[in-house]
Amino acid sequence: MILAAFLALFRRDLRLALRQGGDTGLVIAFFVLTVVLFPFGVGPEPEVLARSAPGILWVAALLAALLSLDRLFLPDYEDGSLDLIALSSLPLELATLAKCAAHWVSTGVPLALISPALALILDLDPRAIATLLASLLIGTPALSLIGGVAAALTLGARRQGVLLSLLVLPLYVPPLIFGAGAVEAAALGMPPRVDLLLLGALTLAALPLCPWAAAAALRQALG
Amino acid sequence: MLTRLANPARFMRISAVALPWCAWASCAVIAVGLYLALIAAPPDYQQGEAVRIMYVHVPAAWMALNIYLFVAVASAVALVWRHPLAEIAARSAAPIGAAFTFVCLASGSLWGRPMWGTWWVWDARLTSVLVLFFLYLGYIALVNGFDDPGRGGRVGSILALVGVVNLPIIKFSVDWWNTLHQPASVLRFGKPTIALSMLVPLLVMALGFMLLFAALLLVRMRTELNERKIRALRLNSAASVRPKRRSEHGVPARPAVLR
Repeated sequence: MILAAFLALFRRDLRLALRQGGDTGLVIAFFVLTVVLFPFGVGPEPEVLARSAPGILWVAALLAALLSLDRLFLPDYEDGSLDLIALSSLPLELATLAKCAAHWVSTGVPLALISPALALILDLDPRAIATLLASLLIGTPALSLIGGVAAALTLGARRQGVLLSLLVLPLYVPPLIFGAGAVEAAALGMPPRVDLLLLGALTLAALPLCPWAAAAALRQALG
Repeated sequence: MLTRLANPARFMRISAVALPWCAWASCAVIAVGLYLALIAAPPDYQQGEAVRIMYVHVPAAWMALNIYLFVAVASAVALVWRHPLAEIAARSAAPIGAAFTFVCLASGSLWGRPMWGTWWVWDARLTSVLVLFFLYLGYIALVNGFDDPGRGGRVGSILALVGVVNLPIIKFSVDWWNTLHQPASVLRFGKPTIALSMLVPLLVMALGFMLLFAALLLVRMRTELNERKIRALRLNSAASVRPKRRSEHGVPARPAVLR
């Protein structure tokens, strides 16, 4: 019963994200454009680009994930669906988890899948490309979950978008450090295992804690 | 104690008495501390007179962390027991904490220039204090980001708790990042066991900063309570004036708040 409701909400959100206005397309376009802008800023030398590629790719992915966060709860909050979700048999914690999972599948996974192509543009060491893919797949769930908390906290605030980025960016420091660290280690020919494990630990810690905090914030928003 | 103070009227009475004491005590203690730090304490054998920045920098750093903990504890009390003053205490303390964090960063930067030869290094400690500063800013922005002040306070409480869980994680990851990235060139002063002649001014300054925090917190909490009172009075008068006028003249009158 609860599982069916969870899956129904997950499928609904995913379908909305994929069919409605191209949220996913926008996120990927933003990711690609941000990465492409960097060579204009730091110069076209391959060594410089290859050296900074892990950081550029991770920062750009992080900003792209941030871009769509305000859509996580706001449409449902405005048209009243969120009240219905809160009243349904599904606990609000699991409802936020379903929404974050749908956000991850519609933004984090496409970002990770497109990243190898951008790694080639930036001349990243080919040994690091598999690690880049793995680190984004492991780390982006944490981005969606932490972002879910911030989105729930800022629901109904004035200027939600700016507020959201102010709240979320300091909390994104640990995933950024371990994600970019793993890719950099791999690019230097060192094993990225420790960074990937720590990144996984962050995601696993966020998995139970973030939906809980986000649900508490949503209850405040719904009054 | 906590439940006794929960009555805002009683809090206003007690704080009115406590406030001048805190304020004057902090003035006196900081004056003594500054004398000890700037004049009485010996210059460092390595850093010379520049070491005196420490007497402002280090207590400010302690305050920055402790006030964040204070905000988090007050938020937890507000969430769990619905203590009416805890939420006001949390939101009043945050800007003071942000100011201490800024003092810590600015004085550290001024200290770093003669000692390290640069205004800023991406040292683990500096970076985590910078992140703490952003956490403060996020909290302040969120608390003031809602039209309904009660909503901002409740949501801010949740954010403060999220932040306090994240603080050790951020600290740990920044340490990790720093050991990976940084060339081991930054001057670190090994581990000097601090001399008593330096420790005493440091502790006096820390006590002075704590009293200053208490005084500023009381002022801000009293202001916040008065603001709420004014808001409630205005809403009441607007609610009571408007319908009467409309019935007298048959046209909607201006709300009383605007007059």
